[in-house]
Amino acid sequence: MKGALSFLTPRSTIALLVCGVALLIAPFVVDRYTLSIILLALLGTYLGQAWNILMGYCGLLSLGHALYLGLGAYASAILFVNYGVGPWLSVFVAMALAIGAAAVLGWLGFRFRIEDVYFSLLTIAFAEIVRIGFDNWSFVGGAAGFFLPVNASLSHQWWNLRGGPLFFYYLALAMAVASLVIAAVLRSSKLGYAFLAIREDPQAARALGVNINRTRFLALFISAAMTAVGGVYLAFWTNNLFPAQILETSKSIEIILAPIIGGLGTLMGPFVGAFLLVPLGSALTDGLRAIGLSAPGVKALVYGLILMAIIAATPNGIWPWLARKLGLEAREP
Amino acid sequence: MTALLEVVDVVKRFRGLTAVDSVSLSVEDGEIFAIIGPNGAGKTTLFNLIAGVYAPDEGEVRYAGARIDGQEPEQICAAGIARTFQIVKPFPDLSVRDNVAIGAMLRAPDMTAARAQGDEILRKLDLFDKSAQKAGSLTLPDRKRLEVARALATKPRIILLDEVMAGLRPTETDRMVGVLRDINRHDKLTIVMIEHVMRAVMALADRVHVLHHGASIAEGAPQEVTKDARVIESYLGMKAAH
Amino acid sequence: MSFSLYVEVLIQGVLSGLVYGLMALGLSVIFGVVRVVNFAHGEFAVLAMYCAFVLFGLAGVDPIIASIPLAIAFFVLGYAMQRGMVQPFVTRPQHEQFILLVGVALVITNGLLLVFGPESKHVDLPYSFDSYTVAGVLIDKVRVYGAAAALAVTAALFAFFRFTSTGTAIRASADNLTGAAVVGLDVKRLYAISFGLGLACVGAAGSIMMALTDMTPMLAPSLTLLAFTIVIVGGLGSMTGALAGGLLIGVAEAVASLVVSPAIKSMVSFGLLVLVLALRPQGLFGKAES
Repeated sequence: MKGALSFLTPRSTIALLVCGVALLIAPFVVDRYTLSIILLALLGTYLGQAWNILMGYCGLLSLGHALYLGLGAYASAILFVNYGVGPWLSVFVAMALAIGAAAVLGWLGFRFRIEDVYFSLLTIAFAEIVRIGFDNWSFVGGAAGFFLPVNASLSHQWWNLRGGPLFFYYLALAMAVASLVIAAVLRSSKLGYAFLAIREDPQAARALGVNINRTRFLALFISAAMTAVGGVYLAFWTNNLFPAQILETSKSIEIILAPIIGGLGTLMGPFVGAFLLVPLGSALTDGLRAIGLSAPGVKALVYGLILMAIIAATPNGIWPWLARKLGLEAREP
Repeated sequence: MTALLEVVDVVKRFRGLTAVDSVSLSVEDGEIFAIIGPNGAGKTTLFNLIAGVYAPDEGEVRYAGARIDGQEPEQICAAGIARTFQIVKPFPDLSVRDNVAIGAMLRAPDMTAARAQGDEILRKLDLFDKSAQKAGSLTLPDRKRLEVARALATKPRIILLDEVMAGLRPTETDRMVGVLRDINRHDKLTIVMIEHVMRAVMALADRVHVLHHGASIAEGAPQEVTKDARVIESYLGMKAAH
Repeated sequence: MSFSLYVEVLIQGVLSGLVYGLMALGLSVIFGVVRVVNFAHGEFAVLAMYCAFVLFGLAGVDPIIASIPLAIAFFVLGYAMQRGMVQPFVTRPQHEQFILLVGVALVITNGLLLVFGPESKHVDLPYSFDSYTVAGVLIDKVRVYGAAAALAVTAALFAFFRFTSTGTAIRASADNLTGAAVVGLDVKRLYAISFGLGLACVGAAGSIMMALTDMTPMLAPSLTLLAFTIVIVGGLGSMTGALAGGLLIGVAEAVASLVVSPAIKSMVSFGLLVLVLALRPQGLFGKAES
């Protein structure tokens, strides 16, 4: 843990503390709508960190992370509704399922050295197979969706993840912080350096004794399991699951935008990206409505243009640039 | 002395082209062994066969008496054979320090120890001043040194050096020769080097093995080999013609 | 189910497969030369469908005929896009290219949604319901026309690559970029032409598809996936592979619709994809990397 935090300068420690305190007191300061936006950004941070471990650190571009999100969400929802198994237990099932799916994907991909673009396309294909399967599988509700009972008498069973907005807010905050800590610990561990070595040059990594298959599997497993936990949260927070939402490629894209825009392979990138993109999305909705352009499609169109502009202007993401401006660059450990 | 590394009748073909044609050699513990030959002679392919990048089509590679051909590169590195790449492969976005620490982490308990070990090697190779720089920003001679540093960090018993002198100025070559001699004598490291810079070969090698068109054509002490008529014709003669 | 029904479905699969193949060919040409995966491929196909729809509505042009002018228009679009937007991304990492093209995809889909709305659109051709009867087997006339047009465009593209000096130059630069630059080929121009040709394939294929199916902007992602599946099955970057993959997927989906259920037909293609990746990762016609 001490090693994991050694990148912090006094200045960035203060910045991190300020952010932390602001997020802790936010529910008592901002209105409910703003709070829901912050919650989404925290969730985006969490999922972004999970994806960043795979892509940012290990260099494996997954475009199908919705698969793990959906598996986690469905597993916990079904166990809860059909079998009365609470989320604290089913979260392990969710992680195991995601790891199982990741193992099949990794076995196909890594064994045959399916690299770069092929791996990415394989991840999309995998997620799509499962989505179409769920769309047509009545046990999970098919395309009509799967619903968790919204029952007032249950609403204070926090141990079953039944609670009010405040509860879910702090849970999202805890998850975002935990993901940051996991990423930081990994980043400073031998495993994390093995990830980086593979990202930079797989052949050189092998020549230095790094077992790339094993390491890639571990990166994939950690990332998939973390994403599945996010799925459990989503299931109990939204109370409804549709394959066309949670398993859709557009969900995968949503997950990966924050870390890429924020700064790939950086600890703060997913946080910065999520806290830029989520409010940007809702500001667009509000702004366009205010000027009378609320037709469907306008928001996504403008969003697309902004994405193109950001990626053209700051290819390494916002955070490296922002860190330099604010004097918050990481210290060599 | 006993043979630490043995290559026995190794053959490697690529789409009908025989890149390495029944090559045998034996490297003794503690010696500096040079492999020379014109471009395309199969030297790097031979290294790749030893380092596990390819499995030989025929023949065996033995290390400390045990067969290692067909093993994966990471297994061979873990067993104690490190290698550098002729076309250097730094981790460009990582600092010089992290590059070497990744090498050292193979045998270090944690990253703190790996970094400490790496720093020692960086000092030995005059790279310590640049340890915070990104590896991608180094000059070519520094990258060559980084290749050596990273391979050394894995604490090998044998190091395979693929043209680490190429592109170095004479003074830099002499410095590298000094470093290699030092690690050979004090750290008891066996060195197998592919080298075009004859100045370094003559200064360092105990024995020289000459490859031409994938086959062995001579082996012996540097002074003897350079007098061999076939070698002069195939290799040195060609150089002299330039 | 009778035997002739199977033959019908098989033929239908082959005919659709030729159109799919043409669309996937565009993806393969772009990747094979420019080394960029066009993640907005299906969106361009849908854009072409709407163009064909408008041409039909305004001037009564048969979408199958419209495939020719649309191929040309999309060539120009692709050429300009490569020059003005994609070129700086050629040397950038894959995920940045991905974000750029996701941006393009969002703009196209939502632009279309804004202009045309989410309702599905179709064109009524005078021969929409005509069919040929060969030895008791029914074959849709419109599919035959569509497949013939797709085959013609494909043949033209193959001829271009084989018989023109620009085509040869493009093949050379796909094989060996540095070599191509060394001998003085204007690689940027060749890239722009390749991207243009890639979009020309989608333009033509999309236009033809307008004659065959209903369409909404929401169809785009599934078309992108379809094109991906085909090129991976056939071998990314291989032109013959794209065609063969198109036929294979076309037939597999048609048979799956008949035997199992139309809803899971794309699952069958993905299953095929996984199978190919497991047995022959470089695709059926792809070159193994050394």
